[in-house]
Amino acid sequence: MTPATSATTTGRAAVSEAAGGFDVAEIRADFPILGRAVRGGRPLVYLDSGATSHKPRQVLDAERDFYTIHNSAAHRGAHLLGEEATDAYEGARARVAAFIGADPGEIVFTKSATEAVNLVAYAMSNAATAGPDAARLRVGPGDEVLVTEMEHHANLVPWQQLCQRTGATLRWFGVTPEGRLDLSNAAELIGDRTRIVAVTHQSNVTGTVPPVGEIAALAHARGALVLADGAQSVPHRPVDVRELGADFLAFSSHKMLGPSGIGVLWGRRELLEAMPPFITGGSMIEVVRMEGSTFLPPPERFEAGVPPAAQAVGLSAACDYLDALGMQNVAGHEEALTAHALEALGAIDGVRILGPLTTEDRGGAVSFTVEDVHPHDVGQLLDELGIAVRADHHCAWPLHRALGVQATTRATFYVYNTHDEVEALAEAVRRAQRFFTAA
Amino acid sequence: MEIESMYREIILDHYRNPHNKGLREPFDAEVHHVNPLCGDEVTLRVAVKDAGGEPAVADVSFDALGCSISQASASVMTEAVIGKTVREAMDINAAFLELMQSRGTAEPDEDLLGDAVAFEGVSKYPARVKCALLGWMAWKDATARALEGADSREQI
Repeated sequence: MTPATSATTTGRAAVSEAAGGFDVAEIRADFPILGRAVRGGRPLVYLDSGATSHKPRQVLDAERDFYTIHNSAAHRGAHLLGEEATDAYEGARARVAAFIGADPGEIVFTKSATEAVNLVAYAMSNAATAGPDAARLRVGPGDEVLVTEMEHHANLVPWQQLCQRTGATLRWFGVTPEGRLDLSNAAELIGDRTRIVAVTHQSNVTGTVPPVGEIAALAHARGALVLADGAQSVPHRPVDVRELGADFLAFSSHKMLGPSGIGVLWGRRELLEAMPPFITGGSMIEVVRMEGSTFLPPPERFEAGVPPAAQAVGLSAACDYLDALGMQNVAGHEEALTAHALEALGAIDGVRILGPLTTEDRGGAVSFTVEDVHPHDVGQLLDELGIAVRADHHCAWPLHRALGVQATTRATFYVYNTHDEVEALAEAVRRAQRFFTAA
Repeated sequence: MEIESMYREIILDHYRNPHNKGLREPFDAEVHHVNPLCGDEVTLRVAVKDAGGEPAVADVSFDALGCSISQASASVMTEAVIGKTVREAMDINAAFLELMQSRGTAEPDEDLLGDAVAFEGVSKYPARVKCALLGWMAWKDATARALEGADSREQI
């Protein structure tokens, strides 16, 4: 028996997939990898888009076309190809800006969301030795950096390190047993010494959507900056930086149907202008003399080295693809899949779902434990059945500790997932229980 | 299912009923090892003794949080090394490491490895090799420390 083929489409599933405003079968046809077989010749049931998403042929074609026709180093070269590569790269910047309601000059391409967070953290410590413009970014002993216990390591470790470099103090919001952010002591935590609040825009473990706007209002009232980690929000629902409330937003291309190797930092223009550089070298300089150098304005100031033009072009195509589907439709489709998964997994004896049990302020990451079966073993058995999930602490070790678990199995959903796949997941979890707990 | 080549019955038996689990006295060294990917952890104690002028493994006990592979492997490891000379036990450890790194192509020495040959199937799944090695690496580390401790005691 293979659960992927034995599951039946429920009436509700058929309705909600149609109601989602797009045809999942049609979408799946755009993703070549979904046609491959995995272990034992089984069809691939890919429930690990929270780690990385697959790429539609439109994105693959865009990247290939760049290499085939225009390939050259952007922002240099006295030739036609260089001009075309520059146009393609800057066009991608404008496209990404439009995707999140930003100005192109506020979009910095990095190599990842992780690098985007590090860029801000290093700009803040580099501010100590930069000019007076950078004064508002300085941190030092007595200052506080505020994070949450819910963060991915990428939005936690850079802040721990910033504190270590500068003598600032790291503080954090805790989480409630339900996996929500505990804001009961917000007024105490956000104070006059708070320099920046770094908070996830959607948990990669529990799907929890913290009230970033509310937190930002409190932080701004005390003069603190706010960075939102959008790695799990931007790919999955409409995000408009004009309504976000935060000063910075970090996200990555590879989780939103785009290529790997490129990420994005959005920042308010006046802040980017005040920030000293993080990574230095070619492309980001104004004048270089042996005694020292001056730097270009943002975003170029933060983009040392030959730009990842092909990746930017691929990301631009991913934005086109998602906008054609409609981000509201994407969110609606994932909400239906998440509700289905919460219900189907929640109905299994011995399964504990971490985080909110309804889709209210909750995205499509469903992490769970299975009594007496380690997540690695659950994941292995699922893999055997062709179902790809993640099984570990998902780079959020403190959150797992706070929720009293060592590791979890995590299913994450995206545009190409179906309700049949949710049923296959639930059936496979039952099978894992039988396999590992039989006497 | 192919997966049964990994989860042999003997592995599942050791997982459900681990041997030498629960930390014991006396011991000469204790280590704590963690798999940074999944957070699996093992605390392991080793007691060494003198066996005719050569160090030997008097006792190994462990406590662990982890998957079936890491738990069963630690259990099998304790059975394989207790009572052996440290040199013999290190040979078994090296053979197990080689088996785990073989990607399913090794011909394991059953006389040397005993029940540990059952982990041959795990070597075909690179993501799980670290699980299988967790207890074995902890033992190696603890034994090295126990011997260092013994050396420094002698010097005193």
